[in-house]
Amino acid sequence: MDDPLANAAARDNVLARVRHALRRTGPDPNRAAAAVAYVARHVHGPRSAMPADLAARFVERAQDMSSTLECVAHRRAIPAAVRRYVDALRIEGADRAGVCWPEFADLDWAGAGLQIECRPTSGGDRLGITGAWCAIAETGTVVVLSGADTPTGTTLLPDTHIAVVPATRLVSGMEEMFALLRAERGRLPRAINMISGPSRTGDIEQTIVLGAHGPFRVHILLLD
Amino acid sequence: MHVASMHFVRRAHDKLGDAGLQKNLGTFKTRFVGARARAITELDDFEGTREAAREIRQRALDNLDTYLEMFEKNATANGATVLWAETPADVNRLVLAIAAKHSVRKIIKSKSMVSEESALDHAIEAAGLSVVETDLGEYILQINDYEAPSHIVGPALHKSKEEVSDLFAKRHGTARKTDIGELCMEARQVLRQHYLSADMGVSGGNFFVAETGSVVLVTNEGNATLTTTLPRVHVAISGIEKIVPTMEDVATLMRLLARSATGQSISNYVDILTGVRGAGEFHGAGHMYFILVDAGRTGVLDSDLRAALRCIRCGACMNHCPVYQNIGGHAYGWVYPGPIGSVLTPMYVGLENALPLPHASTLCNQCGVVCPVKIPLPDLLRTLREKQVERGLRPWSERAGFRLWSWVAQRPALYALGTKIAARALRWMGGADGYIRKLPLAEGWTSGRDMRAPPGKTFRELYAQSKRN
Ligand code: SF4
Repeated sequence: MDDPLANAAARDNVLARVRHALRRTGPDPNRAAAAVAYVARHVHGPRSAMPADLAARFVERAQDMSSTLECVAHRRAIPAAVRRYVDALRIEGADRAGVCWPEFADLDWAGAGLQIECRPTSGGDRLGITGAWCAIAETGTVVVLSGADTPTGTTLLPDTHIAVVPATRLVSGMEEMFALLRAERGRLPRAINMISGPSRTGDIEQTIVLGAHGPFRVHILLLD
Repeated sequence: MHVASMHFVRRAHDKLGDAGLQKNLGTFKTRFVGARARAITELDDFEGTREAAREIRQRALDNLDTYLEMFEKNATANGATVLWAETPADVNRLVLAIAAKHSVRKIIKSKSMVSEESALDHAIEAAGLSVVETDLGEYILQINDYEAPSHIVGPALHKSKEEVSDLFAKRHGTARKTDIGELCMEARQVLRQHYLSADMGVSGGNFFVAETGSVVLVTNEGNATLTTTLPRVHVAISGIEKIVPTMEDVATLMRLLARSATGQSISNYVDILTGVRGAGEFHGAGHMYFILVDAGRTGVLDSDLRAALRCIRCGACMNHCPVYQNIGGHAYGWVYPGPIGSVLTPMYVGLENALPLPHASTLCNQCGVVCPVKIPLPDLLRTLREKQVERGLRPWSERAGFRLWSWVAQRPALYALGTKIAARALRWMGGADGYIRKLPLAEGWTSGRDMRAPPGKTFRELYAQSKRN
């Protein structure tokens, strides 16, 4: 039986039409070499000047995108900061519960009166506590990479996403994030998720409503 | 999608008389235009960034063969399967074949305009599978018996909250809600169940990155992120023109996309997806497919309209178009409305099937001024008008009129006499106040406005007079 996904003919036809449109009879080695060389140069477009204080810019922009922020001095202070945030939101009782990434499993959540389990979520959890691979000052964006210890759903499915962003991981723009990826990872993960504030929609009469599908709230703990 | 572009004039008339639509369009006009104007001032060098974006997209098109092959090689190396669709029908066939291969019963979709071209949802349902649109606007249209989208960014912008209230109460069997927040909440709850139970996610692709074999998805709702994170199979469908060479190119284009579209400095969710779920990963698709779609793109590439393929689908040209602002998107009769739609539709569905569209513009160039990749939309519309003439597609009355005019214009004495009579006749029709209320053969013009009558003498007469003095 023919494989319904066998596709070589379509591929060749499309590429032949592209080459015909570009007035090329076959692969043109010189032109192709120039196109490949362009990729290797990783040319930047015009950039806006970023202030020396990236943290200040990050905070301002993250707030613009409807994230809330708090600075915490050290890792151990994270559970208390989460508790304060949750209390201010008045998520009572059972709603002081949620899930976190493994990197925060060692923190004293119970001591802060929170029930935080270290596991991925399949929905139904109220709080999702994650780290960040880096954060982008230009746009107030939290960047997470997929991986065995960084389940993507924790940023997406809970009602509230709390992201711990180490100040040392602030970069100025998306270009610096890509450079960091090349330096530290080499190979791209399955997903780079850039999160700038809570999920929103303006699809009914252009009225902005937060929490369209993903979290209603994104709270960032900026770790010094 | 069914093409109804030949009915543009009649539909535009209907839309102008639709009070509900006119009210919705009223808020629309002010909001997007103002937000964009503010957002572009955040960039130190907006015009320079626009020029860079134009170059990026043009470079991709001028080297499309190289970058497509580079994309295919890298995507494949990362564990994805790259498929090619020559026609809209191929898109549907491939999606169904993938679904069959992985025993898929339920499909969720985040917004894909290409899949509107092929009416993918209908094909999925015809095959006995279920499909749910997750972009709130697309979802609203889907549950309203697949109403056509009217805008490429906000497909349901034409609907009022009352219409949505009625629709939700009817389809969800819930109490009628009138608060927009509550309506969104209800949709959230319904769609959440679909996300969790779907086997396959179908997304579009804002960009395909040649350097890495990745797809970039941009949303505010986060629906593309959910669609590509939870189901076990992910299919990303987009036109072959959506290739960009590098990640840095994506960074430049992203500075313009959200600003031009909604006036945001960035969209809430930007995802760059590369390959399949890694070892030990809890979420993410284990099977990833790309469908690279031609469906007319190579034809545009091979024409003097190549620049149109630079489009990054921001919607700014329609947001700023005085014609779109007054009639909305439905009158254009196909997937892409507004100025870019008036260029792409004739090229994708045939010049002869969309004759009114290149004329659905005053050529005021608002679209050209705001387009983040500098597509000269009025020039392209003019080019299409020329093609209509060259192919003899204009109505006989227009052709006869122009032939008569050119015959007269080549006979100076006759021309002078003709214009002399016409100028005086028009002056006479203007009456005491100098306004013409009804002009034979041009009632379409005078039914909406009065025309100032000319002063009664032709330019030549006035010129000769001034020479004498
Ligand atoms: S033609 Fe330009 S302005 Fe219109 S949608 Fe495309 S990129 Fe945006």
